[in-house]
Amino acid sequence: MADKQTGSPASPNLASQTLAGPTLSGKPAVLEGLPNHPALKAILAWNPDALTDAKADRGELTLTVGNGFIRSACETLRSAGYNFFEDMTAVDWYPSDPRFQLSYHLLSHAYKERIRLSAMVHEEDPSVESITSIWPGANYYEREVFDLFGIRFEGHPNLRRILMPDDWKGHPLRKDYPVEGYR
Amino acid sequence: MPDIVGTPILEAPLAEGSKDQHMVLNMGPQHPSTHGVLRLVLEIDGEIVVRLYPEIGYLHTGIEKTCEAKFYQQVIPLTDRVDYLGPMANNLCYCLAVEKLLQLEIPERAQWIRVLLTEVTRLNSHLIWLGTHAMDIGALTVFLYTFREREEILRMFEMVSGQRMMTSYFRIGGLAMEPPLGLLERIQAFIKTFPEKIDEYSNLLTGNPIFFRRLKGVGHLSKEDAIALGVTGPVMRASGIDFDLRRDMPYSGYEKFNFKVPVSNDCDVWARYLLRLDEMRESVKIIQQALDGMPGGPVKANAPKIVLPDREAMKTQMESLIHHFKIVTEGFAVPAGEVYQSIESGHGQMGYYVVSDGTAKPWRVHMRYPGFATLQALEVMCKGRLLADVVAVIGSIDIVLGEIDR
Repeated sequence: MADKQTGSPASPNLASQTLAGPTLSGKPAVLEGLPNHPALKAILAWNPDALTDAKADRGELTLTVGNGFIRSACETLRSAGYNFFEDMTAVDWYPSDPRFQLSYHLLSHAYKERIRLSAMVHEEDPSVESITSIWPGANYYEREVFDLFGIRFEGHPNLRRILMPDDWKGHPLRKDYPVEGYR
Repeated sequence: MPDIVGTPILEAPLAEGSKDQHMVLNMGPQHPSTHGVLRLVLEIDGEIVVRLYPEIGYLHTGIEKTCEAKFYQQVIPLTDRVDYLGPMANNLCYCLAVEKLLQLEIPERAQWIRVLLTEVTRLNSHLIWLGTHAMDIGALTVFLYTFREREEILRMFEMVSGQRMMTSYFRIGGLAMEPPLGLLERIQAFIKTFPEKIDEYSNLLTGNPIFFRRLKGVGHLSKEDAIALGVTGPVMRASGIDFDLRRDMPYSGYEKFNFKVPVSNDCDVWARYLLRLDEMRESVKIIQQALDGMPGGPVKANAPKIVLPDREAMKTQMESLIHHFKIVTEGFAVPAGEVYQSIESGHGQMGYYVVSDGTAKPWRVHMRYPGFATLQALEVMCKGRLLADVVAVIGSIDIVLGEIDR
């Protein structure tokens, strides 16, 4: 669990230096536009093929990886200085395929910068590896996504509904679930 | 595919090595010291906590789902109701997120008033924490004093927005309207005496031996555990992590303000108590700077297709009337994209993740609230300690169930 704390290995406010530029869309453009970004360097050194897409937009960097690589990508980024798991959620892009987008927000206390790690998940058998072994704090977030979207997390210690009652049918944040519920 | 995968809470087996004398105790959701509808299932060995499960969701109202059916501007009143003790902070975080999507520049005066009122909100939030925390421990008097000051803050909120708690005063593109005459003077008069009030609370509590012994050394949370469990805000800073979004990743013009970030290495409930008192003193400094340097100018961005026109203009100019009609009936389209905006609220790092598909309604709004993550640290802080300490620890993490259940 122990890892890098505050203190500055790199200059602060990296975001404003490297990401304030124009929107960079697509993996080649981002790799060319941000050659010295620590997260990109770490991902490329680990497995360049895992990175399927990238985008730098509105000062935020989004890295998309294949859905089988989520856990190892998080591990790589944690050792690259993104030490704090801030948030995780899903987006339902119904009716397109792949249907679900998972978004992980990782924060670096040292770089004072946040990146978004993203993965697409298909509707049939929606499941990815849990990251609770890296950040135990992801526990509730994964339970929430399971509860509200029905995406499963392999290796989660107690994957159970968290906000809805245990015997609830359906997953309310899916787009095909009516806003007013079933009556 | 079965819907339930994990083990339901009450059927969970007792911890490994449990003896016959272990007992499962249900605390809440109507318990007075759980600050709302938190339910804890505790396994206890005599008075010692062996395991603790928080069970949440009693206040779940599906706000994130409701947001998807509203126009962007209609989401603001919903955000008030999430963390109902810090309405302006919720408004600010959501507005900043949408403004980032729109790439909208906010006039300086609006930014400064936002900072000013967000800090007043922090005082409001901390005052309630202090009053209820002390009351949980048994010091009932402090509650009356903190609510006296809170009443004044609520009157200011009423003055500025017409509402005491659900303010909805910050709007996408600035503020709802210019603050009323006399507001700044009223805040000035309030913060002039407020540091003495903090000393007054401190005099009642800091030297109180019962209060000290109930808090000191209780609820230990190490630096590593705080990071691993996603704990933020005063609880994280009391565990020795020097990180505050207002200073380290400034938003809404916080980089222009000069303030200290209190940090403590004691990791216990007592440290969190002292740290929040210091935070209130720092907030007063920020408010003073905001009052002293308050710039003039408009409080709404110049974006007629996004910001509602003034009442006067709407009734005299045809174009404003059309804009007003269009915004109210059709909303405004927001360019497609996704943003995550986080701010330092009274409880910790609050974040809004807004995804737009290019229409007038958000495709997805996700709210990251600090209490949700901090609750996971409750078991670590309470394990192996007395049952009575659970009450002190719950008070120290300053939970609001509205923000946890959403």
